[in-house]
Amino acid sequence: MEPSVLSLIIESLVKVVFVIGLVMGGVTYMTWVERRVAAIIQDRLGPNRVGIAGLLQPIADGLKFLFKEDVIPPHVYKPFYILAPTLIFIPSLLGSTVIPFGDSIHLFGRDIPLRVADLNVGILFIFAMSAMGVYGIALAGWASNNKFSLMGGLRSSAQLISYELAMGLSVVGVLMAAGSLRLNEVVEYQSGFHWNAFTQPIGLLCFVVAAFAETNRAPFDLPECESELVAGYHTEYSSMKFAMFMMAEYANMITAAALMVTLFFGGWQVPGLSKASLSPLAVSLIQVGAFLFKTAFFLFLFVWVRWTLPRFRFDQLMDLGWKALFPLALLQVFATGLGILKGWL
Amino acid sequence: MLIINVIAFVAIFSALMVVFHRSPMVSVVFLIVNLVCIALFFLFLHAQFLFAIQLIVYAGAIMVLFVFVVMLLNLRQEEEQRPGWRIQRALAFVAGPLLVGALWTALWRRGRSSEAFPGGFSSGFGTAEDIGRLLFNDYLFQFEAASVLLVVAMIGAVVLARRRES
Repeated sequence: MEPSVLSLIIESLVKVVFVIGLVMGGVTYMTWVERRVAAIIQDRLGPNRVGIAGLLQPIADGLKFLFKEDVIPPHVYKPFYILAPTLIFIPSLLGSTVIPFGDSIHLFGRDIPLRVADLNVGILFIFAMSAMGVYGIALAGWASNNKFSLMGGLRSSAQLISYELAMGLSVVGVLMAAGSLRLNEVVEYQSGFHWNAFTQPIGLLCFVVAAFAETNRAPFDLPECESELVAGYHTEYSSMKFAMFMMAEYANMITAAALMVTLFFGGWQVPGLSKASLSPLAVSLIQVGAFLFKTAFFLFLFVWVRWTLPRFRFDQLMDLGWKALFPLALLQVFATGLGILKGWL
Repeated sequence: MLIINVIAFVAIFSALMVVFHRSPMVSVVFLIVNLVCIALFFLFLHAQFLFAIQLIVYAGAIMVLFVFVVMLLNLRQEEEQRPGWRIQRALAFVAGPLLVGALWTALWRRGRSSEAFPGGFSSGFGTAEDIGRLLFNDYLFQFEAASVLLVVAMIGAVVLARRRES
């Protein structure tokens, strides 16, 4: 009994370290990707001085954030001001733990499922975490005791709760088809190129748009819209506290991209891989690689859209959420219900 | 067991802080902490679905509205006008013991029957399937009645908002 419990603990720890490391590494290098891609889109060079092709730039930035003076303005409400970056950062990391990044891998004589936590309500857990993230932003805005910050915080909470509905509804179709809230079963349902993206395109569209709004990314980055609100809810933040807001944004992006892949693009499935006769270990590794590749594509999409589309106005944002995405997502739910009833799916 | 005790302590402490703290904003945040603690209790009962729903609906959606309203209120004025009416206080002295008494008898009766123990729950307690079956089979009428009630309340809110606009 004793060794198996110990090996379970070690297994979980390794997985936690792997996933958190992956997300944090992704966060670090997404800042570099963002700046380089932005530069390419705007026809300039971007950061290319630190290391080969600027690859050490994120590390230099991190060090700079650590050594900067941490200014706490005198007019803020300190407990919440300090709490807010943590409150936004922790849920953004927790959300990524339920995403299956591979089927299972056969190592040391046992099958290890490739996800940190296999909750039977996986998808709801991610929604719960994104709901918790709202408080970080709202409290940051309120505690900063500054008009711009408060407006940023208010806007962001309004935006998040509006788009959460559309996002939740757009996923319902997928869950109905798969018949489970477990993300792994959603992925298994899509085996053999039976991806939800083909059967539920409206749901995919709603989900992607809502995910952009949920992560506060352009064209929906109203909460930190610099032309109106200085820097929105993080106007008063400096050094590592500011960095935590940024890291949370990128971590949320990674979770959202991974979720898009998991729900609509077959997760770790590679079509036709079962026909090729490969060793189980190679299959597992290819699947993990496929998952990371698909996720990377959607991360690139996030960056691509940000530097291509102009920002929405706030009333347009609300109209889009409530009057376009919400009914569309409902339509998808009905269509999926009909499909299941008629036996098409 | 230790973790549950810690969470229970945090839950009670945050509940007290909701009542006693002077600043409404701090009270709201402690209420969120309290609701998160309750969600954690569900998790320890293996009711993962209830855990997620408690977080999304109560700690998430509803409390965001609270935060919203408190953020928009003119807090300084509110804080100065804090001491309430006398009737309110008198009523509190009556209602408080009544509530405690009701809860006590309920717990007392429950505690003597075997259902009070976690082992007595069905194996599917708190899963999505279990809740779905309860809502759409056993309590269908009550569920639909509640949804009609909510729709009526929503229409009422829209009507009130419209009237002020014109």
